[in-house]
Amino acid sequence: MAKKPAKTKTPSKRAKIVEEQSSNLYEGMIPLARLRDKETYRHVVSVLVDNEAGVLARVIGLFAGRGYNIESLTVSEVDRDRGLSRINVATSGTHQTIDQIKAQLGRLVPVHIVRDLTDDGPSVARELALVKVAGVGEKRVEALRIGDIFRANVVDSSTQSFVFEVVGNTDKVDAFIDLMKPLGLVEVSRTGVAAIARGARGIEK
Amino acid sequence: MAEAATTERNGDTPSKELFVGARLILKALQEQGVEVIFGYPGGAVLPIYDEIFKQNSIRHVLVRHEQGAVHAAEGYARSTGKVGCVLVTSGPGATNAVTGLTDALMDSIPIVCLTGQVPTHLIGNDAFQEADTVGITRPCTKHNYLVRDVNKLSETIHEAFYVARSGRPGPVVVDLPKDVCMAMGHYTTAPRGVQRKQHKTYNPKTKPDSAAIAHAVAMMAAAKKPVFYTGGGIINSGPKASALLRELVKLTGFPITSTLMGLGAYPASGDHWLGMLGMHGTYEANLAMHGCDLMINIGARFDDRVTGNLKFFAPDSKKIHIDIDASSINKNVIVDLGIVGDCAIALEDMLAVWKAKKYQADQKALKAWWRQIEEWKSRDSLKYVQKGKLIKPQYAIQRLFELTKKRETYITTEVGQHQMWAAQFYRFDQPNHWLTSGGLGTMGYGLPAAVGVQMAHRDALVVDIAGEASIMMNIQELSTAVQYHLPVKVFIINNQYMGMVRQWQELLHGGRYSESYSEALPDFVKLAEAFGCVGMRVSDPAKMDDTIKEMISIDRPVVCDVSVDPKENCFPMIPSGKAHNEMILGQDEKSGKAITGEGLALV
Repeated sequence: MAKKPAKTKTPSKRAKIVEEQSSNLYEGMIPLARLRDKETYRHVVSVLVDNEAGVLARVIGLFAGRGYNIESLTVSEVDRDRGLSRINVATSGTHQTIDQIKAQLGRLVPVHIVRDLTDDGPSVARELALVKVAGVGEKRVEALRIGDIFRANVVDSSTQSFVFEVVGNTDKVDAFIDLMKPLGLVEVSRTGVAAIARGARGIEK
Repeated sequence: MAEAATTERNGDTPSKELFVGARLILKALQEQGVEVIFGYPGGAVLPIYDEIFKQNSIRHVLVRHEQGAVHAAEGYARSTGKVGCVLVTSGPGATNAVTGLTDALMDSIPIVCLTGQVPTHLIGNDAFQEADTVGITRPCTKHNYLVRDVNKLSETIHEAFYVARSGRPGPVVVDLPKDVCMAMGHYTTAPRGVQRKQHKTYNPKTKPDSAAIAHAVAMMAAAKKPVFYTGGGIINSGPKASALLRELVKLTGFPITSTLMGLGAYPASGDHWLGMLGMHGTYEANLAMHGCDLMINIGARFDDRVTGNLKFFAPDSKKIHIDIDASSINKNVIVDLGIVGDCAIALEDMLAVWKAKKYQADQKALKAWWRQIEEWKSRDSLKYVQKGKLIKPQYAIQRLFELTKKRETYITTEVGQHQMWAAQFYRFDQPNHWLTSGGLGTMGYGLPAAVGVQMAHRDALVVDIAGEASIMMNIQELSTAVQYHLPVKVFIINNQYMGMVRQWQELLHGGRYSESYSEALPDFVKLAEAFGCVGMRVSDPAKMDDTIKEMISIDRPVVCDVSVDPKENCFPMIPSGKAHNEMILGQDEKSGKAITGEGLALV
């Protein structure tokens, strides 16, 4: 529930009635400029769901069935006692599409809460990637050096290869992988984005 | 019910006694107030059928195809406002129900569909009559459940009913493995009254934001060319919403149009009625939508059949959209003011604000707006000429209306031209009396839906206005009607074509009538008789009235085959890809407005 109506006007000034209603009086009122913006934006949306059979299929099916993008998706149980899982979806679209995605997620029965971490204030997002690089000589040394710069851990090594563990936001991981390409990149395994809002407030508040 | 009295709990507490799973299911259905269940038995649901046999409070209606069971339950639900209940077996039973479930999802009809399932230890083994029912029905239900624990059985069914009827209603599937139905378990009563806790996740918002309502009403008071655009949400909200809508329309004096699903919420005989809008809506309704400066959408969802080309949809208007489903707002059309809430509560609040602030509509502007509307109305966009030896389909439906309007009549339809003519020419004054497949457009909906309606309203007249092609899709349900002495009337507008397909082929595909002519139609009179119904045929316009009178006088299922002009098209029409102000009004002008470009690719 939002605030009470603020204005009372005599009917004779009918033209003014509407104008004087502030367009942001209540929650759910979306500025038209935002809805009409045709630019696409990347958003990370976190969804707290009941950890029941098929709940991930519901979320994925929703995205597939309605043609929304999934750039990254992570899911894991986060509260065993209450049986809650958290799904983080990185998606992109116009504001209108993103709002639709949130509304569609919100009406799934096992969904507790939908939070747009991109819109609702600052947040941190991280993913982890395992990056296998094979090479010898100067390339091998260079790979190790760049790994250092990115604070990547070497979690496996042979005489001809490394497996790096790199953690960071999507851009950082992308940049690291790009740099490894000329140095003998073999394969990549990424976890996808885990994200959380900054500050003391929890997702359910 | 004897056991129920001794085990009554205030919800959530399981009974001490043990019951077999199938008995738990029946107890839960009884507690949910189910009177009728539409179904078809099979191996996986035999334990449930055994329990049905042992009780008398729930009547089972044996349909002839599971699709028919769901449509019948839709008919029951739509005409009563209750949740419709379906019971089908595993595998083909469940897959046959899918069309009905999708239909109910699209039209927001509350259904609980119980499906049998192979025993839990066989799930995933490709067992006989196994299908991944929860997987298959996930996208075509509001929610679905697979019950693996007999002690969760009753509470799952209670929750299914809650989900089906709450918020935007819809179909819910409960998949019931046979071993769960045969295991012993405890019964949990439905949470109710003060004990009723909030559902842990699903608590749809019904009370609209009061500031938003105040804003909406202020916009209404300032409008010069307003129009109400209402939909099935008003019907779903209950009869109170219709009553409040009528009051608000009367109070404001604004014109009102409605979608196909919303017909009857405001009476077609009302002073402010513009007729249905959309692809086959009236000229005045569509032009009022196109020319309005304020559109007040209550319980409709800007469907593509309604909006036409979105680029040119009501270009100079502010739009208010009230819907119980937040995802319907700003989905197809960006609105100036979206309000999430139940139609009845929103209407009540709007009335209260309008009265409290002593708002008056701008009478001068409104008068000019009505003058303009009357001018559009004078085009008489639904006119047709009944002359010669052929019955015009419009005439058949208009006569049906005139001869049945004084009695309690429910109309169901199939899908196609006859459906649109029924919407145009049968004038509904009450909600819940018009049942049609709007969103999914399911041919074969009307007859089973009529069966469902007649089960709930034994003394009413129930007519399925059908086409000869559509009726063939679920004709087997005549057998159901006969078995349960349901005197439904099947009124076939027989033009020998899949009329709407033919109309589009005429308008879009150069008159190449590919596969739209029914070369081998059955003799519907003999077919009716073979089923044990009464068969009638009429082809002479002069005998139309007598035939209809005879049809409604017979207290048995009747199939009335009305041979109509096979060339008649359904007008007015907004061709696909066109705007509201680019309607084709009649046969004569259609050639000039052939559908081109992008419109060809639309449906």
